Amino acid sequence: MTDTPVMQPRGSLREWLRAPTASSPRQARAQAVWRGWQRLITNRAAFAGLIVLLILVTLAVVGPWLTPYSVMGQDLSVRLQPPSAQHLLGTDDLGRDILTRILYGARITLMMAALVAVIAGPIGLAVGATAGYLGGWFDIVAMRLVDVFLSFPSLILALAFVAALGPGIENAVIAISLSAWPPIARLARAEALTVRKSDYIAAARLQGASPMRLIMKHVMPICLPSVVVRVTLNMAGIILTAAGLGFLGLGAQPPSPEWGAMLASGRQFMLTSWWLAATPGAAIMLVSLSFNLLGDGLRDVLDPRND
Amino acid sequence: MTTPSLEIVSLSVAFGHGRASVQAVDKASFRVARGEAFGIIGESGSGKSTILRAITGLHDGYDGDVLINGNPAPRPRNRDFFKTVQMVFQDPYSSLHPRRMIRATLMEPLEIYRLDRREARIAQVLLDVGLAPEFAYRYPHQLSGGQRQRVAVARALLLEPEILLLDEPTSALDVSVQAGVLNVLNALRRARGLSYVMVSHDLRVVAHMCSRIAVMTQGRIVEELTVEDLRAQRATQPYTRTLIAASRAAVTAD
Amino acid sequence: MTDPLLEVRNLRVAYPSAHGYSDALRGISFTLGREKLGIVGESGSGKSTAGRAIMRLLPPKARVTADALRLSGFDLLGASERQMRDIRGGRIAMILQDPRYALNPLKTVGAQIMESYRIHIKGSRAEARDRMLAMLEDVRIRDPQRVTGLYPHELSGGMGQRVMIAMMLIPSPKLVIADEPTSALDVTVRGQILDVLNERVEAQGAGLILISHDLPLVSDFCDRVLVMYGGQIMEELAAHDLSQASHPYTIALNASLPPLDHAVDELIVPEYDPTWLTEATE
Ligand SMILES: Nc1ncnc2c1ncn2[C@@H]1O[C@H](COP(=O)(O)OP(=O)(O)OP(=O)(O)O)[C@@H](O)[C@H]1O
Ligand SMILES: Nc1ncnc2c1ncn2[C@@H]1O[C@H](COP(=O)(O)OP(=O)(O)OP(=O)(O)O)[C@@H](O)[C@H]1O
Ligand SMILES: [Mg+2]
Ligand SMILES: [Mg+2]
Repeated sequence: MTDTPVMQPRGSLREWLRAPTASSPRQARAQAVWRGWQRLITNRAAFAGLIVLLILVTLAVVGPWLTPYSVMGQDLSVRLQPPSAQHLLGTDDLGRDILTRILYGARITLMMAALVAVIAGPIGLAVGATAGYLGGWFDIVAMRLVDVFLSFPSLILALAFVAALGPGIENAVIAISLSAWPPIARLARAEALTVRKSDYIAAARLQGASPMRLIMKHVMPICLPSVVVRVTLNMAGIILTAAGLGFLGLGAQPPSPEWGAMLASGRQFMLTSWWLAATPGAAIMLVSLSFNLLGDGLRDVLDPRND
Repeated sequence: MTTPSLEIVSLSVAFGHGRASVQAVDKASFRVARGEAFGIIGESGSGKSTILRAITGLHDGYDGDVLINGNPAPRPRNRDFFKTVQMVFQDPYSSLHPRRMIRATLMEPLEIYRLDRREARIAQVLLDVGLAPEFAYRYPHQLSGGQRQRVAVARALLLEPEILLLDEPTSALDVSVQAGVLNVLNALRRARGLSYVMVSHDLRVVAHMCSRIAVMTQGRIVEELTVEDLRAQRATQPYTRTLIAASRAAVTAD
Repeated sequence: MTDPLLEVRNLRVAYPSAHGYSDALRGISFTLGREKLGIVGESGSGKSTAGRAIMRLLPPKARVTADALRLSGFDLLGASERQMRDIRGGRIAMILQDPRYALNPLKTVGAQIMESYRIHIKGSRAEARDRMLAMLEDVRIRDPQRVTGLYPHELSGGMGQRVMIAMMLIPSPKLVIADEPTSALDVTVRGQILDVLNERVEAQGAGLILISHDLPLVSDFCDRVLVMYGGQIMEELAAHDLSQASHPYTIALNASLPPLDHAVDELIVPEYDPTWLTEATE
């Protein structure tokens, strides 16, 4: 009475990926990735977000070779030029080409956002999943801590940390991470709570799995999709907070081309030379928006049940 | 007399406090010899699943003794214990991790116990429960209820336990799929000399599988019958009598 | 002529799969009056899908088409999500196959039943509480006071099913869809629960669709039976004719039951059409 799935003859790579059932671990993993990819590209908004982000990352990497100007090089003779063929996005008050600065700034901004995500995401996930699964005093302590953090707006909190640590990009990253993990922990804990009593967790315990293994291999995968989605959606907030810190002079310091700092220094010329503030502003908005679109779509992609 | 494979002595489990408290299991005792299949039937909510969960240590706050081959089970349960005793859960829809491939689920005990020949063991155990090896590469939502339950049985068998606790292994299944799963279980018991404790609300299933049967109401084991008693309707308790009568009526209705 | 309670004409459902869509329901049609209709069929034949389609509870990516899907003349297929929210639980109730999975794990059972009552009936808290306790007693829950304070994982399998039934019956729906409502219960309780269901349905002049793989139960309880296979309706019979059914699945089912009065070595497992597995993987 062996149930045998119907096998398809092996053919091209495409067929191999589309076969209704896998026959090796490699094929199974490849299929899972491929199906996720299919789900992503059928979701137009998410795909658009991904494409924009990829373009931005590429630009950030190769940007310096695309422009004839240098980031820091000042030329007061071309001060405050409006956008023109020579300076596509105009120049700033010290005669630096804004497009060049935006391209260099993309490196800083994307790097900061990525660092924060890499620090705050795992911390939030680990704390939340552990608290939700273990319960008891760990849960109480962790969640009170989260409450304390959550009772301040994140920019204020980041400000307080930077004030304590001193201004600078590294400190801004640490400060933003410290203010970004608590909501993630909250979310992960909520997900963990719904599964801690489930039969499949009990079944894994009966296989001799240690609490550590249960949290890492069974509880966290359940929390992961919503955490990833949340982090992606938070990217916008992270970039804005970074920009805010830069704007207040507590993040990246001028003359660094960080977008928030550019926005801040462009502010005084807002009425006469709008492009100084508008271009970094638009760049911040574009990145935030693409992260938002991508985050929305990721929820579908990450769930194998959505096939 | 040889020592029984599994013996529980005066096992009691209570939940809750004060007015909301309930004695889910009340001084239950039974023994299961090696290679024997022991059945538990009883009303819904009478504590059948709770007994099994107490034996495995999932409910740790029990009173009384659980003896495995004559020795008290360690509290909390350790890995050696789980190598001897395994359980299959009541509900195949909730006992497999929804986001892990079947292969990952089956690989888990092998990794924890650092066993060798992992691929071969998985292929073998899937074969034992009548599933083709390709099923290892699916997710639970891609399996039917009967296939999931067979995966759950396969997982329990991987550690080659001596005692298998089966909580309603077929109640969520189609009768035809049920027949397949029961045949697999019976063949395995005979081939490997496993001991079963099998909970079910279906008298026919218990009668087909088990040689002795305990009847529970409200946390207590009220009587213990052999399968011959059951077939000949020699029950003394009113609950058992009505259950037998109702099951017979259902049979003759069709 | 008045409208039937439920009219389903040429209902098709397709789920997305790795390669395009695969059909789970291939054009089923039936009407339901104030009666009890049974749906039987092998695992994966689309029984639950049909129930969910009527409730409009299918995943958003599933493709649903029908020539007609009407509840007392009201077009369910064209209804907005808002209208459906009122209808679900209010006029149509569905008792889901996996109750403990379907209940909210973080809320007590009592809170969930009361919520279901107050959303649709708008009574006071005390009233809701009384009705809830009465309802739990109706479904033969021992000690309802205690059970209202339990979380879903603290229920036994059979209690979960009965809580779900109580929750669905409490707003007095016009149509009840029960998907395997009693699979975790023994024959004695099962009989009592079905009596309650029956009472309710008859007192309110409601319609009932009972989805089950238990043929004796369906033939006892229902007026009419649909036998499904591979997403289609194979035959439609009066319930008491079920034992003379001609479909191989029906015959196979009866053969694979373990007998009660004598021992057999091995149970008969019906041979399946290999096609059902290919469908199940989609
Ligand atoms: N974790 C828990 N907390 C509180 N009460 C519980 C818990 N687990 C079980 N109970 C209670 O213990 C009693 C027995 O439950 P159990 O699951 O053992 O019943 P059962 O015999 O398996 O019934 P069924 O046939 O319906 O599955 C029930 O009243 C249930 O509410
Ligand atoms: N969300 C889904 N995505 C893809 N396919 C699905 C989904 N839900 C169900 N199916 C498929 O649709 C078919 C019908 O499923 P359905 O749940 O309606 O079966 P059923 O008759 O209720 O079976 P059972 O008796 O096992 O509950 C099955 O082949 C199933 O694999
Ligand atoms: Mg149980
Ligand atoms: Mg179903």
